[in-house]
Amino acid sequence: MSVDQATVRRVAHLARIAVRDEELGHLQNELNAILEFVEQLADLDVSGVEPLTGVVPMELPMRDDVVTDGHYPEKVLANAPDAEGGFFTVPKVVE
Amino acid sequence: MTNLTQLTLTEAREGLAEGEFTSVELTEAYLKAMADARHLNAYVLETPELALKMAKESDARIASGDAGRLEGIPLGIKDMFCTQGVRTTACSKILENFVPQYESAVTANLWRDGAVLLGKLNNDEFAMGSSNETSAFGAVVSPWRRDGDQAPLVPGGSSGGSAAAVAAYLCAGATGTDTGGSIRQPAAFTGTVGIKPTYGRCSRWGIVAFASSLDQAGPFARSVNDAALLLRSMAGYDAKDSTCVDRPVPDYQQAVGASIKGKKIGIPREYRMDGMSDEIDALWKEGAKWLEEAGAEIVDISLPHTKYALPAYYIVAPAEASSNLARYDGVRYGVRVPGKDVVEMYENTRAAGFGPEVRRRIMIGTYVLSAGYYDAYYLRAQKVRTLIKRDFDQAFAAGVDAVLTPATPSPAFGIGEKVKADPVEMYLNDVFTVTVNMAGLPGISVPAGLSADGLPLGLQLIGRPFEETTLFSLAEVIEEAAGRFPVEDLWWRG
Repeated sequence: MSVDQATVRRVAHLARIAVRDEELGHLQNELNAILEFVEQLADLDVSGVEPLTGVVPMELPMRDDVVTDGHYPEKVLANAPDAEGGFFTVPKVVE
Repeated sequence: MTNLTQLTLTEAREGLAEGEFTSVELTEAYLKAMADARHLNAYVLETPELALKMAKESDARIASGDAGRLEGIPLGIKDMFCTQGVRTTACSKILENFVPQYESAVTANLWRDGAVLLGKLNNDEFAMGSSNETSAFGAVVSPWRRDGDQAPLVPGGSSGGSAAAVAAYLCAGATGTDTGGSIRQPAAFTGTVGIKPTYGRCSRWGIVAFASSLDQAGPFARSVNDAALLLRSMAGYDAKDSTCVDRPVPDYQQAVGASIKGKKIGIPREYRMDGMSDEIDALWKEGAKWLEEAGAEIVDISLPHTKYALPAYYIVAPAEASSNLARYDGVRYGVRVPGKDVVEMYENTRAAGFGPEVRRRIMIGTYVLSAGYYDAYYLRAQKVRTLIKRDFDQAFAAGVDAVLTPATPSPAFGIGEKVKADPVEMYLNDVFTVTVNMAGLPGISVPAGLSADGLPLGLQLIGRPFEETTLFSLAEVIEEAAGRFPVEDLWWRG
């Protein structure tokens, strides 16, 4: 499988990365080189094989459903590029 | 006092305990060495004031008999570990101003045991790379050079700053992270010892996430015993990482020097790649011979799905990265680049903040997870991962205690040498290490010889889950037989 430039543009948008037109050709070649490399996995018969989701057999630990953290908004906001009045800000989303 | 920096961590620990020198003296010696080595670019942030404060506190604890296991030992920390109040960037522009409000579990364990923070070490951006050339802070220069040649070489990656700093005596030991070989490959390139423990052995809490099912922390050191001391402090249960395993941490130092008599060592035939250089092949045979002479039994084994590990990795790791790196959106931390609406702000922020390799991997990850491709790529890769792990499980079930392989297909290469090549060529550096992450196993890289042009070469030992002790015993045999490979020409000091 290989990707065309329209697909590169669509994937970049899905990934929320702005791409200039002049970058498309280069990115397309690089992505296709990687996709060509992983193509060899198609040679393998994986029917009846379970996908591996964890390497160490263990159950996800559970804890009581109680509040264990919080109450320090200044720490949470300390690295925000544009915090205001105790909130994160974003450009206006609704008109 | 000039040679304090060249002590092993084990020797420095003894010197501190015996009162031969203080932690402040040792720390000052390292700070001086760091200042003289800035053009190696191993550190991206030096923390001299904090280091001296921590060293003074260590000296007080040594004097009062309250010394911890690493009391007064100066360490460098890979910039993937969040350090409270100390800038942590993952060597990405997108986090150039990030100052964590919390401490990673692994570094907290090191400070609990008395270690001293010298500064933050360079790495490939978000740990994505095998040469440290993708760092927003620029490449790291290896302290090693080819015989009779001054061309600057890479220290490997992604933990290139850690490897270079340990080899160049700019810290007594360092932390690294390893997702596909990022500890073991740079250790091999710099003549240092690096171990990636079993998945779940160290907490991932507070480590900038790359591929969560593969990432593990581990140490870099100048000897096997040093690495054993560091891992003992770094490892341990942490409820804040749900994949961290609750089992006691052994005293790894006890395993260093223990007999390996009767241990069964597997030599996997699939690692004998086409075009493997004679010197790598000879080193591998030599390693097997050393282990055999120390009483181990060498057996040929087959790990038939080896060749599929790297392609499967380049689906799984980017997929997880695309998800993990979605958080860098210009809202909660890091750099923001404005746009006409919120989506354009995200897109501009991420285009400006991520370097080319990170963008490439996020896009591959996004593609393989996108509607219509998930089954063909991601699900298939996860199934291949099951087969890779099964290969190892079967070898261990047949009585194999550890697997011996080369650590890398070649010695270190020159800065800029592979940048122009297609990305896959760089990925091939991890061909011997990536299987270990895919199966979640522990792997250690130990220096075993020099190449024809005088560069270090490493061997890798892969163990059963949570059998790091066996790896330390075997690696010590190799270290004893091969000797250590310290950098002798400190050319960068001018």
